[in-house]
Amino acid sequence: MDNARLIELVSQVAGNADELKNAMPLTLVIDAATLTQVCERLHKNPETYFDMLTCITGVDNGPETNTMEVIYHLYSIPFHQSLMLKVIVPRQNPEVETVTPIWKSANWLEREVFDMFGIVFKNHPDLRRILMPADWQGYPLRKDYKHEETYRGIEID
Amino acid sequence: MKDQQYIYKESNLVDSEPNKFDASKLKSEEMIINLGPQHPSTHGVLRLEVLSDGEIIKDVVPHIGYLHRCFEKHAESLPYNQIIPFVDRMDYLAAMNSEHAYAMGVERMLGITSQIPKRVEYIRVLVAELNRIASHLIAIGTFGLDLGAFTPFFWIMRDREHILRLLEWASGARMLYNYIWIGGLFYDLPVGFEQRCREFITYFKPKAIELEQLLVDNKIFIDRTAKVGVLPLNLAINSGATGPMLRGSGLRFDLRKVDRYSIYPELDFDIPVGEGKMGSVGDCWDRTWVRIREIHESLNIMQQCLDKLEGDHKRTRDFDPQAIVPKKIRPQAQEIYVRAENPKGELGFYFRADGKNDIPFRCKVRACSFVNLSILPELCKGVLIADLIAILGSIDIVLGEVDR
Repeated sequence: MDNARLIELVSQVAGNADELKNAMPLTLVIDAATLTQVCERLHKNPETYFDMLTCITGVDNGPETNTMEVIYHLYSIPFHQSLMLKVIVPRQNPEVETVTPIWKSANWLEREVFDMFGIVFKNHPDLRRILMPADWQGYPLRKDYKHEETYRGIEID
Repeated sequence: MKDQQYIYKESNLVDSEPNKFDASKLKSEEMIINLGPQHPSTHGVLRLEVLSDGEIIKDVVPHIGYLHRCFEKHAESLPYNQIIPFVDRMDYLAAMNSEHAYAMGVERMLGITSQIPKRVEYIRVLVAELNRIASHLIAIGTFGLDLGAFTPFFWIMRDREHILRLLEWASGARMLYNYIWIGGLFYDLPVGFEQRCREFITYFKPKAIELEQLLVDNKIFIDRTAKVGVLPLNLAINSGATGPMLRGSGLRFDLRKVDRYSIYPELDFDIPVGEGKMGSVGDCWDRTWVRIREIHESLNIMQQCLDKLEGDHKRTRDFDPQAIVPKKIRPQAQEIYVRAENPKGELGFYFRADGKNDIPFRCKVRACSFVNLSILPELCKGVLIADLIAILGSIDIVLGEVDR
């Protein structure tokens, strides 16, 4: 399938899908509210059949732009097609709907994004910290993160 | 030096990684068993919280992060070429493969992929395949060790030592190489490397068959692994399994063939898949068998690389593997996702460059062990505790990569 058709299919569900320049593979920016519908359609549609969610990336654009991004790396094994879906959320109280009902691999990947950026995935079955200790304060990969000086009374050099 | 390093307070003495299940709310006969983080069969610092009913497992909750070094945070403050040693330390059993993937990603951002000399590419694939064999040997040997087969572990350590010595000769380090650079190599292969490599292949081919006969065809091993931890193909794809996990479930999917990166399209090799020879497709035995077959395929690839390195792309006096290594690495503003086939699965790098700095704005790693490990709770529902060890061993995780 060519990219034009894919953009058309996504924008049918999402309203509008902007193709991002200077990105490889094809990257589409969609509205966060339509994410689950788009994913469901891309997963079920025999024309696209994105059967694998390879990775979920969180990006913090910094306090100046005041936005964060969640990028879903999808791959379709039968059509050998890669796609990056990007949703943009505000830095205050960021929320995205979970995609775990569609792809099981989203479970841990979403937990990792939550752990590192504090982006809450609504209706996630088990949203806990995964790499950092359960009582860790703050979200380490945010650009304005300050390093802790002590942890549990132990000084950090 | 401070006289007191730790402040003793009541609030500081609580679990930092509490159990998910509450012991007071369990049904009768249910029990929480804590496996690890210091348990030899968890292959590192992995803690498994097992909810069991007698010998039967009801649920498994992996607790990870004990080896977390936040590679991604480090990467946001380092120039591209200085990240390579950190990449080594993720999957420390297959550092060459990770370096290859990383270097490929940055080269693609710089747009110099087509300029890389053929000899450099062949050397990269040669050392990566050597490292792939070493990684698979560890996977198979420690899996046997988990199941009580002690001898094969010594055999694989003996054979792996030859690989480590070869790589040490080329790069100067035994496990963490920093050999593949962006745009080239640290150094050309040492004189006589090709010959020694051929000797290794001749030596190792019968040893690999011997290992297969000793461990994989063994009656006790088959009894412990056949029809255990069966991963159906649709679940494997849906959970994002890659590498021998996915191929063990019967899908002929290898990024070396699918993405045709580096010089793999010029090489002739086969992709082994699980065939269910011991009863069911996608069980622990199939995954191990796929790894054994892949060792033979890697030997095959190495032979072809050596032919090229001694034939068309021979060592010349004026060959400089650092000829097109960029002095300053500053890619244009872009986003890119690059992936490559590691011994354990798909290793992916997501880069965002802002075009103004020598350091990446964001560098995300898609770790294959991390995603493969997330399938463990699915696989372990209703199996015996002894089988949990077998399933965990067959997934082949490296905690350095799970935690990054």
